[in-house]
Order: sequence, then C-alpha cells, then structure tokens
Amino acid sequence: MPHSSTVNILHILETDFSMIVEEWLGTQVHEGVKRSDLFSDAESRAQNAELLKSFAKGVRNAAVDGDFDLEDAAWEDLRAVLADVTKERVKRGVTPTEMATFVLALKAPLFGRLEARLNDDPASLIREVLLVTRLVDAFAIYTNEVFIAEREQVIERQREEMLELSTPVVELWDRVLTLPLIGTLDSARAQEVMENLLQTILERQAEVVIVDITGVSTVDTQVAQHLLRAAAAVRLMGAECIISGISPMIAQTMVQLGIDVGTVSTRSSIRTALADALKTVGYSIQKNRDS
Amino acid sequence: MSGITSIHLVENALLVSIHDDVTDTEIIDLQDTLSHRISEENVRGVVLDISALEIVDTFVGRVIAQLAGISRLLDAETYVVGMRPAVAVTLVELGMYLPETKTALSLTHALSQLRRA
Repeated sequence: MPHSSTVNILHILETDFSMIVEEWLGTQVHEGVKRSDLFSDAESRAQNAELLKSFAKGVRNAAVDGDFDLEDAAWEDLRAVLADVTKERVKRGVTPTEMATFVLALKAPLFGRLEARLNDDPASLIREVLLVTRLVDAFAIYTNEVFIAEREQVIERQREEMLELSTPVVELWDRVLTLPLIGTLDSARAQEVMENLLQTILERQAEVVIVDITGVSTVDTQVAQHLLRAAAAVRLMGAECIISGISPMIAQTMVQLGIDVGTVSTRSSIRTALADALKTVGYSIQKNRDS
Repeated sequence: MSGITSIHLVENALLVSIHDDVTDTEIIDLQDTLSHRISEENVRGVVLDISALEIVDTFVGRVIAQLAGISRLLDAETYVVGMRPAVAVTLVELGMYLPETKTALSLTHALSQLRRA
C-alpha cells in the first residue's frame, strides 16, 4: 500500500525508470566515481538498474517517513543488492568514499524530477527532497558498513591464521620436541602455545622440550613470566624444558629486570640445547669423517 | 578407604594411583596409609600416578606436594607421573609449581629413573 507521502517519488521511479538510471550514471561520471576502468558500461548500468528496482520496491512497501528503518524487512532486497554491489566494487578496488558518492549520485536525477513535478508547491517539494535525502543517505551509510564488515572479516581470518601458524611444535628426534617462538608473546598466544605444547608432550611422550626464543624480539617481565610458567607446566608433566636462543641483549635485560629463571635450564643457542637434549634421551652426535 | 585409591608394590617401589573422584578425607587417609607402608616395606621409591585426575584445586595440589614430602623424609624417592596438560596448567595458574617434587611422564619412565638411581 503506497503511503501518500511517497506517491510522487514512486510515480517518478515508475515512469522514468530508465532515464533515471542513465542520469544516475551521468552524475557518477561527473563526480568521477564511475570507475569505467574497473567496470564496463553494461555492468554499471545493470548494477544501477538493479539498485533502483529494489529501491522502488522498498519505497512501495516500507514506511519511509517517521518510522523509516533500513533494517526493516521491506528493505531486505535493497540491502542484499547494496551489499552485493559494494562487495563486488570493493573487491575490484573501489574506495569507500567512491562507493558512498556512487550511491549519493542518485540524488541529483531524483531531485530534478521532483522539482519539475512539484514546481508550484514548494512546501511539498522540500518535504519530498528531505525524504529522498534521508533514504539515499541511509543507503550510502549502509554501503560503508558493508565495507567495514568485509574488512573486519579479512582481519579476523588473518589473525586466526597467524595464531595457528605461530605455534608449531616440531619433533626433532625421538622424545625431543622444539617450539620455535617468533614475534611477540602476549597472554592469549602464550596460553595457546602452552596448551599446544603440553598436548604434544602427551601425544609424543616427549622427555625434553626446547623452547627457542631466537625469534622473540623483546623479553619483558610479562614475556618471561609466560615462558617460565610454560616451563613449570612442562616440568609438572614430567618432561624437561630448555629455553634456548637467549641473546646477550636478552640476558642483560632479564638480569636487569630481576627475572629469576629458577631451575629452568637456559642455553644461548639451539645447537647446544639440542646436544644436551639428545644426551638426556641417550643419544650423542658423532663426527664420522673429517670434511 | 583403599577402594578409591590403590597402593601396589611394583618392583621396589610403591605405586599409588589416585582416582578422579577422590575425596578430601580419602586423600588425608592416604597420607597415613602410605607413610606406614613405606616404613614397613622399606621401599626404594614411590610413584604417585595422577593420570586419572582431571580436576585439581589448591587442596589436592598441596596434598600431592605433602605426599611427596613425606615419602622423601622416609627416604623413598618420589615421582609424580601422568599429570594431564590441563592439570599442569591449572597448578601453574594457581602458583603451585611443586618445585620439590620430581615428575615423570609415565610409570615406565619413573621406574627406569628409580632403577638408574
């Protein structure tokens, strides 16, 4: 059931549909956001027609005055089309500003027609212009939200991948594991690393674990705390923990910070740590011939 | 009493298995029974198997440390074996590092350590 306030705009949309699409395209060219380098004319036209069709449908079915709400079920089609178009354009490298301007360009052709139609009734004209402005602005804001949501998904996915990649426990030899730590060690990662390490100890029945911190850029009290706690948990499970890769710089920092490693063995390089670990499990490295 | 926690003589050591649903009174009773058996049977070592233990609190943590302390005083080398990862993490988070207690991965490891000693 069309509302009285939307009769004019609806009439314009229905009678002048293809002309509006063309003019909308024209404004986009004028504003420099059509991006003909990324989208062919036919594609742009199809996108615009699709958007305008859903727009008309929304206007026909939804409340557009006081109760206007883009989340309303009547706007579902338009939301879906807007989201699709935004994703497609973002994927091809359109910026959020260009995307918003692209949608806002719809105002010009609509305003022109409203003006022609309501020339003798300025009060109605202003009312209708306000109405259209609210609608189109809401669409533009919505495209921005879609854009941000899309980016956030990417960031979240990358974060998860990084977390997975950053905690590999490697079996160096029978009953000898190593955990090369790289980057920064915050609480969330330390927890993940520890759980992963303990689980692998259980599975492989490892007796010695070498935690190599060559790739850890800085060791502050918190990082040291995490390392020592991991070492304590490893010991409680019945395995031995060696922390290797302590650079001269880190050794100095740790002493200056007053960090007491207690009974945890520390080595400067993974080389010596490996030799010690193999000795503990009953192997030795021997040179076969002079090279 | 000993239906829940069992004590068996394995080689020259007492194997103590602590079950998951052990109650606070049972674990106190265990201290008493174990200390008597160590002195009567003159064993070389004690192996506390806690692989069935899924949940620990500070009380259980302290009792484990005490059991190990008692055995050590009675000249029996004591190993805590089979601690689950979750239990180890919990104990560390509770600040109970059990520094005086020897640990081993499993009964086999503890026995071979005892044999070597």
